[in-house]
Amino acid sequence: MSLLTDTAGAHAPAPASKTASRGPRESRLSVAVATGFLAVIAVYMLLPVFWLIVSATKSQGDLVDTFGLWFSDMHLIDNLRALFAKQDGVFVPWLLNSLLYAGAGAAVGTLLSAMAGYALAKYRFRGREFLFSVVLGGVLVPATALALPLFLLFAKVGATNTFWAVFLPSIVSPFGVYLSRIFAAASVPDELLEAARIDGSGELRTFFTMAVRLMSPAMVTIFLFQFVVIWNNFLLPLVMLQDDRLYPVTLGLFTWQSQVSRDPSLQILSLTGSLVSVVPIVITFLVLQRYWKAGLAAGAVKS
Amino acid sequence: MTVDRTAAAAAPPVKNTAAPAAPRRRRNWAPAFFLLPFFIPFILFTLVPVGYAFYQSLLKTERTGGTFGRKTTVFAGFEQYKEVLGDPEFLGSVGRVVLFGLVQIPLMLLLALTLALLLDSTVARLKRFFRIAYFVPYGIPGVIAALMWAFLYDPRLSPVVELLDQVGSAPDFLGSSMMLWSIGNIVTWTYTGYNMLIIYAALQAVPGDIYEAARMDGASEAKIAWRIKIPILRPALMLTGVFSIIGTLQLFTEPQVLRSISTSVTSTYTPNLAAYSLASSDNYSEAAAMSVTLALATFVLSFGFLKFTGRKAES
Repeated sequence: MSLLTDTAGAHAPAPASKTASRGPRESRLSVAVATGFLAVIAVYMLLPVFWLIVSATKSQGDLVDTFGLWFSDMHLIDNLRALFAKQDGVFVPWLLNSLLYAGAGAAVGTLLSAMAGYALAKYRFRGREFLFSVVLGGVLVPATALALPLFLLFAKVGATNTFWAVFLPSIVSPFGVYLSRIFAAASVPDELLEAARIDGSGELRTFFTMAVRLMSPAMVTIFLFQFVVIWNNFLLPLVMLQDDRLYPVTLGLFTWQSQVSRDPSLQILSLTGSLVSVVPIVITFLVLQRYWKAGLAAGAVKS
Repeated sequence: MTVDRTAAAAAPPVKNTAAPAAPRRRRNWAPAFFLLPFFIPFILFTLVPVGYAFYQSLLKTERTGGTFGRKTTVFAGFEQYKEVLGDPEFLGSVGRVVLFGLVQIPLMLLLALTLALLLDSTVARLKRFFRIAYFVPYGIPGVIAALMWAFLYDPRLSPVVELLDQVGSAPDFLGSSMMLWSIGNIVTWTYTGYNMLIIYAALQAVPGDIYEAARMDGASEAKIAWRIKIPILRPALMLTGVFSIIGTLQLFTEPQVLRSISTSVTSTYTPNLAAYSLASSDNYSEAAAMSVTLALATFVLSFGFLKFTGRKAES
């Protein structure tokens, strides 16, 4: 709860310096109530993360015996060493797998979505609206509903328990096509395409040199969105993969957690592993947040 | 949209006398080239599985010659659907997620809307910090969020339970009466910031002089929020509403993770868990029928929601 009092104190000098310049006449009371409410919610959002950070620095014994929201003996280095050594260092391939499934999957998926969205926005051809409706229908088909039939289909061709079984279904993003179409329609002017054509630029070159540049804010959004979706996808790898060397980090940590009763040391390891696996994605997010917001606005306003 | 394409197509012949028809002919293959790389995997990994699930759901496995006889798969029409719709455990799981959705979705969206409006208003301070803080949970994978909260619910480990016990007495977060709302808390924690950001982004897209004009006319901040901002936000709220409905009916990760530490989550706790359990016991046909039923229900509900909120907008 210290955050609450900190921020309540922190905004006190603000009215003097800021409200004067910002104009509208809010009372000190409404500023305090509003900011206080925001602070309480911030505590709610950040407390579990803080707890995770604290826990990852403890030994298994202290995890149970000491108060969870404050540090005791520093054990982080030992935990990390144990984490990377467990099961012949399987945690490293887990992390790399996640990065590969989510990073490469989102990159390929974004490119495919951008191309399809661009075509749906910028060319007139028969069946265009029909194709777009099918894509929109695809947005409403939940990924979890596809996992079981996908497993049966991959089993028919003997491709379950492979990298491709998780990767290939992940590159399909109907929502990305939807966002691309809206964004291409809004941000790529027809006059520009016409001009490029007159100058003799081929359709492909026009797309890859001009349209992609104009659509790049939307493409960042689609990339991030798809990255999170793949990173979070749990059911698909759960049904597809048996070989733990192919697991993404989330599935790996889940299997550790479900074995805690057999091997209690896995408890602190799955906590430390959770923290390690969260750090890169949170950093990526904070860095790319600006672009992400800009693209989302297009999707939300036009829907 | 590109209704003006005809106008654009008419333009070249005037300027470009050398090859008036060329651009049109050259363009014919281009849409296909741009569309196929998406549509081939889309057909293979989305449409075909949907079709296959439907086909699978029309079959059933029979044993000929007693319990140890050979297994054969025969066509059974809609028999599996009758089985699914008559299964009290499945219906119970559907009822559970519907109850969950009726309580959790409005609460979460109300919270997200309130936060977005406050962050967009002039009354709050430290807005940049808050915006980032609220978005952090969305960056944490569902499995890990559920793992973390599982610890925070566990009376042997949780500092939250410890603190609550000192004040009064903490509820049994992992008991069967609280479990649904414990899951609701995890989902709210994870997705409030994401929904807030969609709503906030829509607010930011509104030109500021509208508010300026309203303020000049003497409208209060609260009145501006209610009369101007919320109507503008309708599309964003509909979008978040539909995504929340889809997510709720498909609940899987959180209950599956909590299942490893609490017996309150049964193998048929949510429709998706029920389908998963059936599939792990090799009953693919009934699992497929469940998946199809669930996907249809999702479709109908999200379409219905869009129609309902759309109609209200018109009247």
